[in-house]
Amino acid sequence: MFGYGGKILRVNLTQKKIEKQGLDPDMAKEWIGGRGFIAKILYEEIPAGTDPLSPENKLVMATGPLSGTFWPSAAKIVFGAKSPLTGGYGDSNLGGLLMAELKYAGYDMIILEGASEEPLYLFIDDDQVELRDASQYWGQGALDLEKELKKELGESFHVATIGPAGENRVKYANINHEFGRQAGRCGMGAVMGSKRLKAIAIRGTGGIPLYDTSELIRVSKAALKHITSHPYFKRFRQYGTTDITDWCQGMGVLPTKNFAYGVYEKQASLAPEPMREKILVRDKACFACPLNCGNYTHSRKYGTFIDGPEYETIGMLGSNCLVEDIEDVQYLNYLCDDLGMDTIAAGGIIAFAMECVEKGVLPKNQLNGIDLSFGNVEAMKTILKKIAYREGNLGSLMAEGTRAMAQKLGQKSARYAMQVKGLEFSAYECRGAPAMLLSFMTSDIGAQHTRSWAIVQDMEMGRGNIEGRARLVKELQTLRPLMEMFGVCRFPWLEVKLDFGEYVKAFNAVTGFGYDKEKLFQISEKVWNLTRAFWVREVDDFGRKYDMPPERVYDPLPSGPAKGMHLTEEKVNRMLDEYYELRGWDSNGIPKEEKLRELGLAEIAVDLLRRGKI
Amino acid sequence: MKTLALHHEKCTGCSLCQVICGLAHFQENNPKKAALRIERKFPEPGTFEIHVCNQCGRCQEVCPSEAIAERGGVYRIDPEKCDFCGICLEECPLKVLFTHKDFSYPIKCDLCGECVSVCAPGAIEGRE
Repeated sequence: MFGYGGKILRVNLTQKKIEKQGLDPDMAKEWIGGRGFIAKILYEEIPAGTDPLSPENKLVMATGPLSGTFWPSAAKIVFGAKSPLTGGYGDSNLGGLLMAELKYAGYDMIILEGASEEPLYLFIDDDQVELRDASQYWGQGALDLEKELKKELGESFHVATIGPAGENRVKYANINHEFGRQAGRCGMGAVMGSKRLKAIAIRGTGGIPLYDTSELIRVSKAALKHITSHPYFKRFRQYGTTDITDWCQGMGVLPTKNFAYGVYEKQASLAPEPMREKILVRDKACFACPLNCGNYTHSRKYGTFIDGPEYETIGMLGSNCLVEDIEDVQYLNYLCDDLGMDTIAAGGIIAFAMECVEKGVLPKNQLNGIDLSFGNVEAMKTILKKIAYREGNLGSLMAEGTRAMAQKLGQKSARYAMQVKGLEFSAYECRGAPAMLLSFMTSDIGAQHTRSWAIVQDMEMGRGNIEGRARLVKELQTLRPLMEMFGVCRFPWLEVKLDFGEYVKAFNAVTGFGYDKEKLFQISEKVWNLTRAFWVREVDDFGRKYDMPPERVYDPLPSGPAKGMHLTEEKVNRMLDEYYELRGWDSNGIPKEEKLRELGLAEIAVDLLRRGKI
Repeated sequence: MKTLALHHEKCTGCSLCQVICGLAHFQENNPKKAALRIERKFPEPGTFEIHVCNQCGRCQEVCPSEAIAERGGVYRIDPEKCDFCGICLEECPLKVLFTHKDFSYPIKCDLCGECVSVCAPGAIEGRE
């Protein structure tokens, strides 16, 4: 089979059993890879109603056919599981070098099931696969352990680790790799921790069979030429995602003070140029990537090294918490990385807690002596550690995520709990960006930006209206997730406009499948409907109300270029009506039987009918 | 091209050079068969170092089987003549002869320049 390692590793942590299975060629043809594989496996193999932190949940790591090939930026692996943070379909992608290594070892996917009693790590050296004792590493920081394992096993091993937050099942714990790259969202680290799997170390020395080697070289070199000659290439590779910080401020969409504002008066100190000047060590790339968006930094103030902060972290731990010093943001980023938790969720929940304190919803006597006021960096450092170790009432409460915390606190705090489906907003204030808001509302993992990053189009389409947004979001949600089925990064397409048709050529050169765009879009839509079906199956009263945003978006923005902009409940519902219609879902957002059948998901339709869900 | 000039500080660790090297020489998408290596010094100091042959010729001097020949300043290993004794691997001053379990001879740079053509940050440069 071309483009694939051809094998699946099934690892049962309860029985300590490792099984190597062949990858079914039909699975490859019908689901491509990455999140396509994950969606199928989670629906088929996890029993309905599974507790996400129980041994019955599965953590799936899947590469795609382009992962590890010569195609530029073919660097993505996807982690997926039923999310402990949201209770629904969860996945999170990771760059770096891990996926290439897994492919070179001959595996397209690892399915981790069951749970061990004692801490273990998974060791993969080509055919040699072992579960090894990790008792001595339990409790260690995620970055620290990566360093130690590489020292112990050799530099040629690539390693993924969890930190204390994952061990302690913090609902937004992540998985670390390459000293600061993460599968950040949906609590994949908590699932790994619940299985007591502390790390995965991989080395592979084999090649990836290609259907048409010279064609792949030709299209990849043409893509490289396109990328490196694009006018934005130089700047993007210098600043990476941080380049958008100024733009967000300029448009009034920079989350500030728990998304109460869209501009931050001290944003200049968080801007890309001063950051580069102050803390940058070097530009760093993921595998096969000419765009090298990674900013590897060193804070002299704290003595810490990390890959980042990225824009999302600057927005969430910076402006959203009113932190103005980029070195403080770098250190908070470092703490999250080493403790092993998502910077987006952490920034979101800390800002939410700060607002709750300000409003008196969270009484001072429940703060365990921590002064959680906006801009208090010391308090943030303390609370991050308390969360990771679930220390005290507050640490335990905040470890559950923003939605759960708002439910516990009540007093209408849900209206400014910035989450959808339990997943904290990424760093975009959306009152003047309706397509971005609709993207957050309808993303199949919760309020994450990457499924359809529609905010630029929002500016072009006129910020006050909602026309055409549903169609745009559906189109982006169809194309964009294909990147995470191919196993590649979106940035060459997104940032320097590499045509999607070139990806299709590369996909066919690698696999020989001969698919056209329409066929690929159809598969992507099938995956989207399957993840939606997973939500329908897993969440009892699932429907439109789970797609609704927090009510804060109905309040006019108080300042900045988007001053006065806001959405109304009527507009939000109108966007959803249009979106459901385009998707072939009913007015409550549930996929219709005929739509599922049309997409080749007849078995899913039958299953949902049997359960009385459709 | 007479030599490769290395600018380690520009390297981003992307490994495209290694992937094209494996493809160009063995028609295989396998950077583990590349004739160059990127050393990753992380988390501290956070630098990359490129390791590749500078065509010094030491391997030819020490080869007991006369398996290494020079033409136009480039030293090439003849897999037919090589008996994989390992002396060149040991004697190489830069440790830039590599091995792979599929081969019974060392992998060595032949200055083809493919790595230069794909290095976006300009860390590997061809010099006449």
